[in-house]
Amino acid sequence: MSSYETTQLDYDIIVIGAGGAGLRATLGLAAKGFKTACISKLFPTRSHTVAAQGGISAALSNVEEDDWKYHFYDTIKGSDWLGDQDAIENMCERAERAVLELENYGVPFSRTEEGKIYQRAFGGMSIEYGKKQAHRTCAAADRTGHAILHALYQQSLRYKAEFFIEYFAIDLITGEDGSCQGVVAINMMDGSLYTFRAQKVVLATGGYGRSYFSCTSAHSCTGDGTGMAARIGAPLQDMEFVQFHPTGIYGTGILVSEAVRGEGGYLTNAEGERFMERYAPNAKDLASRDVVSRSITQEVLAGKGVGENKDHAHLHIHHIDANVIEERLPGISHHAKVFADVDVTREPIPIIPTVHYNMGGVSANNNCEVVNVKNGKINSIIPGLMAIGEAACVSVHGANRLGSNSLLDLVVFGQIAAEHCANTLKPGATLPTLNKKSVDDILNRFDQVRYAKGDISVSEIRNKMQGAMQRNVGVFRTEELLAEGKKAIMQCMQDYKNISINDRSLIWNSDLIEALELNNLLYSALATVACAYERKESRGAHSREDYKQRDDENWMKHSCCYISPDAKVNFDYHPVRFETKNVDSIPPKERVY
Amino acid sequence: MAEFFLNKHSVVKQGEHFYAKPTGEIKQPKTFAIYRWNPDDDKNPCINRYTIDLSDMGPKILDAIIWIKDNMDSSISFRRSCREGVCGSCSMNISGVNRLACLESSADYAGEIRINPLPHMPVVKDLVTDMQSFYDHYSEIEPWLQTSKAPADGREHRQSPADRKKLDGLYECILCACCSTSCPSYWWNPDKYLGPAALLQAYRWVADSRDEERKKRLKYLDDKFRLYRCHTIMNCTNACPKDLNPAKAIAELKQEINQLH
Ligand SMILES: Cc1cc2nc3c(=O)[nH]c(=O)nc-3n(C[C@H](O)[C@H](O)[C@H](O)COP(=O)(O)OP(=O)(O)OC[C@H]3O[C@@H](n4cnc5c(N)ncnc54)[C@H](O)[C@@H]3O)c2cc1C
Ligand code: SF4
Ligand code: SF4
Ligand code: FES
Repeated sequence: MSSYETTQLDYDIIVIGAGGAGLRATLGLAAKGFKTACISKLFPTRSHTVAAQGGISAALSNVEEDDWKYHFYDTIKGSDWLGDQDAIENMCERAERAVLELENYGVPFSRTEEGKIYQRAFGGMSIEYGKKQAHRTCAAADRTGHAILHALYQQSLRYKAEFFIEYFAIDLITGEDGSCQGVVAINMMDGSLYTFRAQKVVLATGGYGRSYFSCTSAHSCTGDGTGMAARIGAPLQDMEFVQFHPTGIYGTGILVSEAVRGEGGYLTNAEGERFMERYAPNAKDLASRDVVSRSITQEVLAGKGVGENKDHAHLHIHHIDANVIEERLPGISHHAKVFADVDVTREPIPIIPTVHYNMGGVSANNNCEVVNVKNGKINSIIPGLMAIGEAACVSVHGANRLGSNSLLDLVVFGQIAAEHCANTLKPGATLPTLNKKSVDDILNRFDQVRYAKGDISVSEIRNKMQGAMQRNVGVFRTEELLAEGKKAIMQCMQDYKNISINDRSLIWNSDLIEALELNNLLYSALATVACAYERKESRGAHSREDYKQRDDENWMKHSCCYISPDAKVNFDYHPVRFETKNVDSIPPKERVY
Repeated sequence: MAEFFLNKHSVVKQGEHFYAKPTGEIKQPKTFAIYRWNPDDDKNPCINRYTIDLSDMGPKILDAIIWIKDNMDSSISFRRSCREGVCGSCSMNISGVNRLACLESSADYAGEIRINPLPHMPVVKDLVTDMQSFYDHYSEIEPWLQTSKAPADGREHRQSPADRKKLDGLYECILCACCSTSCPSYWWNPDKYLGPAALLQAYRWVADSRDEERKKRLKYLDDKFRLYRCHTIMNCTNACPKDLNPAKAIAELKQEINQLH
């Protein structure tokens, strides 16, 4: 039995995560009078949202006449008809208000000549249902995520929201009825443990890019929310859909935003050919990300890769006016210089498709409530638990997210989560007594990891997992590769039982925190490879060499998986929703760019 | 300077020297001298040395420190997240200068690379410092847009590209604290002087054409400690890894305040 002292703290709502999603929810809840605590393992402005470069989408019509219904159509097409159309309608219809709100909060957006928010071209965004390229992505140079995240934190200061910074959430506390009662967290600064009790816990913990060897995501993107949800038996949805961004810097994985192609940049192969013209005659370099990533990979496979090993491609912007680069792409010029030693005004940037975004996540409904899926349908909600942002799967991105739709997803569903709480809960309502058994189980698991005396280090298991995901669950997949990948991840989960930790202290013990993160990554990785193995079709970012076609008859449905403590995976599915309110739903058709 | 901070654990001792297990021919040996301190044992801080082969890892100093943690001593603690110079986590003192470890190339440093926590900040463990007072200074300048009402047409505030340009070089601050922790005035008056990072942000809002509280902001700063402890020593600007210029922002603030008088 563990013998840890814990301090209990009571709130109306606990938000775990202080990225764009968590902050927007937190300040909305604080403004509505809920006693809200935001727990974050990072200081808020260090959350990964800060790295978003290109922009946030909304049909503001600042450049050309635009309509949220076009945005709705583009998002569905981008999602390869796996996105839920009611959720997408919700997001696109609210986009304009959400972005104007951000500006009113003080986000330093770049400006058009009339002083309006500057909007740029992004992949998959069109006017009039594919007729021509849209300029819909609202940008603050190429530091939009930084600008938004800082503004949201500043607003949280203004609303005096309560933060628990550098507190690491370990696990969710559940009642005997399976409801979520709160969360156990450790204060990294002094090692003290807390049980946070609340009416609702909102997971806003971001993605799990670090399950792969090479990714554009930060070291902190470890799928903690995914792991925590899975451990209480919540379903993880559409986890096989991992977005490869076409242009990560070769060798380091650091992102070069789509904004570069939006401002006129283009890709070439070893022959200097602009090969995207062959793969996507209309949209060319601004086709959807899954399409561009596959095209680059095919060029490389055909022996037309650039570089010594012919294993990557080139991205050019040197033809763009130097003033435009300086004003709109300053961050990227800097990244290219520091991480690829390239002067973008003279040379191309070496790039390669790189893991970037998780379309999948904790299964949630339109109110951001986490749901149970059984026998082919959503059959109940998990009381007390909500999920938003990259950690959640609502699903607005389906099988492939359009660039600049994630930042939008964060703020819109952050708002919706706050509104839903306001509509259904009362500040100060009585909270049930915490389930002691659940808390003890959590502390026991924590204690086991803390005193782990096995013989495999955290980094060794992490390397194995990342290697397997990189090799076996890539841009193109086959049954054989996936079977091998699944075996490797299962083995890593086995190895985890034999993990070793050297640091036994509790103060800023990053050895321990990384071990806890690794466990969350393993859950996320297992769900990804297992769902990918099951899905016998190609759709969006999930591209199977052995099942090359999209199969709407059998697979136009969301994958849900449940992971048991002994790493068994159970699957269930539920249909894609087509019902909409203020716009006609878009029936599936072939996806060409 | 050390006499101001003398306490039981203030004497930094020389620690041990560790050598990475060679995986083959050693191509680029490099030694990192890293400050170590664990608050849980009763020992003094020490400098441990780790000799590694740079050709086994990525080019940045952060890659090297992570490699040491992964392969030699997993108990080393430091902050890191984005590894691309945008989150401001990995600020530390590298061979005497405050820098972001993820932006510095190991090969650019001659000889032993000395890694210390940010100077004059309370150390929590190893390279992790307590940043609370730094964050408090930031909150103190009320870093949010202050207007009496939202734009009448319910849309965005209008701001000309020229006015927007005034925010360049200001809004990009990542709150890494490299500047403030290199400023002697901030060392000696950490409780009263706001420091270059917070002042740069104060100027960011003074310079924003949308903000209506310019005067209030300037009046608040017109104080012999909050602002006027700055003696234009310029360390801050030299330290900023994002090439921002806090010293210039401070000069602008002083000038605007002069015009108020
Ligand atoms: C390089 C890059 C560029 C991008 N550019 C764009 C773009 O231009 N446009 C766009 O729309 N999208 C972009 N994206 C995607 C988008 O930025 C992310 O999907 C989004 O920022 C995720 O936000 P979030 O709030 O869900 O999570 P994050 O911002 O990742 O925040 C997660 C939060 O959870 C906290 N947390 C996690 N685990 C725990 C735990 N166990 N305990 C306590 N706290 C925890 C963290 O501290 C953090 O505060 C980009 C992504 C990358 C990687
Ligand atoms: S210029 Fe001012 S703020 Fe900058 S280091 Fe010198 S005293 Fe400090
Ligand atoms: S001004 Fe520069 S050095 Fe100072 S906190 Fe901001 S980014 Fe860091
Ligand atoms: S890790 Fe983010 S700034 Fe270095």
